[in-house]
Amino acid sequence: MNAVLHLAAVSRIHGEGATEVHALRSVTFRAHPGELVAVMGPSGSGKSTLLTLAGGLDAPTSGSVWIEGTDLASLDNAGRARIRRTSVGYVFQDFNLIPALTAAENVALPRELDGEKARIARRLALTALEEVGIADLADRFPDEMSGGQQQRVAIARAIVGERRLILADEPTGALDTDTGEEILRLLRTRCDAGAAGVMVTHEARHAAWADRVVFLRDGVVVDETGSDEPEALLADEASR
Amino acid sequence: MSIRQAMLAILEQGPMYGYQLRAEFEQRTGETWPLNIGQVYTTLTRLERDGLVEVVGHGGADETDQADTSSDRQVSYRATEAGRSEVSEWFATPVPRSQPPRDELAIKLAIAVTLPGVDVGTIIQRQRSATMASLQDYTRLKRTGRAATPTEPADLAWSLVLDALVFDAEAEVRWLDHCEARLRRAAADATEVRRQAPAATTAEEAAR
Ligand SMILES: Nc1ncnc2c1ncn2[C@@H]1O[C@H](COP(=O)(O)OP(=O)(O)OP(=O)(O)O)[C@@H](O)[C@H]1O
Ligand SMILES: [Mg+2]
Repeated sequence: MNAVLHLAAVSRIHGEGATEVHALRSVTFRAHPGELVAVMGPSGSGKSTLLTLAGGLDAPTSGSVWIEGTDLASLDNAGRARIRRTSVGYVFQDFNLIPALTAAENVALPRELDGEKARIARRLALTALEEVGIADLADRFPDEMSGGQQQRVAIARAIVGERRLILADEPTGALDTDTGEEILRLLRTRCDAGAAGVMVTHEARHAAWADRVVFLRDGVVVDETGSDEPEALLADEASR
Repeated sequence: MSIRQAMLAILEQGPMYGYQLRAEFEQRTGETWPLNIGQVYTTLTRLERDGLVEVVGHGGADETDQADTSSDRQVSYRATEAGRSEVSEWFATPVPRSQPPRDELAIKLAIAVTLPGVDVGTIIQRQRSATMASLQDYTRLKRTGRAATPTEPADLAWSLVLDALVFDAEAEVRWLDHCEARLRRAAADATEVRRQAPAATTAEEAAR
């Protein structure tokens, strides 16, 4: 089975000279269809950097990022933007909602940008909002919602339509235990249905929903749990 | 030990054979603390000796002295009045924390940090992965097994036991994160001291 996401020996250096920061050092990482991967590590270990590179929001200093077999470096800006809108759902650590748009409009936006009719985009948005349990807040603006509610709008935006790759940076950060669990159940369901998911989290109990937990330390993958699974997939592939 | 009281408490539901008793226990706790049947009968024999349970019906001969004969296993037991008050007493008394159960991990790290040749960081990371893997297993059981949508009290009980295991593993991971952060800080402080120490010496020399 081909990986939906493949980071091949990716490094990312911020700044230059004395102030240079090695946020990621030659990280190789894959997420397969049906797989939910959790990324854990101390603050500053490179988790968000990994996710922004995976989502094509930032480019690696060296190495390459592949989404469904396409090297992001081979695309122009428009091509990357298109992949971001159609294949990738992204939940930002700080939500990144557009303040002038309602919850439903925020969620519908990527579909509309992709040429979906407004009516259909809105219907998809309402379904996604319902899935995250806030259908009743569809016409509220972000500043009229609690942090947890905004977070759920951000998650709805990431899952609306058929995303093959869902990237979530601390998706349960502003949520209480029960709501957090609901969101994990939702991500889990999406992955069980065939999407690949990568989720950054500080919470071990949330990471435990993943098939695999990857530990980052100073920009390096130091360990992972459940790594026999991808190897089993590879063995599968070899026997075919 | 709590197994004794737990067995006694289950017997309040009515008379049971040893095998039944074990099944009822595992219904509530999964296979987290497996009871072997010999242990169950040994405990029942002691409870009987202490007058906390009594034999209801014999499948074999009376007065048998061999606790292990198969006829003895046909015997069912029920809690006596004294047994029932022991159970109420158990429920009424908090489990003491005054003597924490021996924590092998805490002991291992406590020793490791004091030995120069030991890579504590690696110990911590290996443990974190292992504990995380258990946490993944508990979570899988919680979301898929009979604990996911408990319909019977025993299923709810089992899901609560899983929650206990989840909280426990989570606390362990959090403690490991904490240890790692503190050790890193301590190492950074030590480097800082070493860096400043020669500077101080040079300054002293210069002053002379
Ligand atoms: N735009 C930037 N310019 C300079 N340094 C950066 C930039 N973005 C990130 N860094 C640095 O790269 C390193 C990794 O940052 P990153 O945001 O990936 O960490 P993180 O693991 O997500 O941390 P947190 O848990 O706090 O969100 C940090 O040292 C950070 O200061
Ligand atoms: Mg981050």
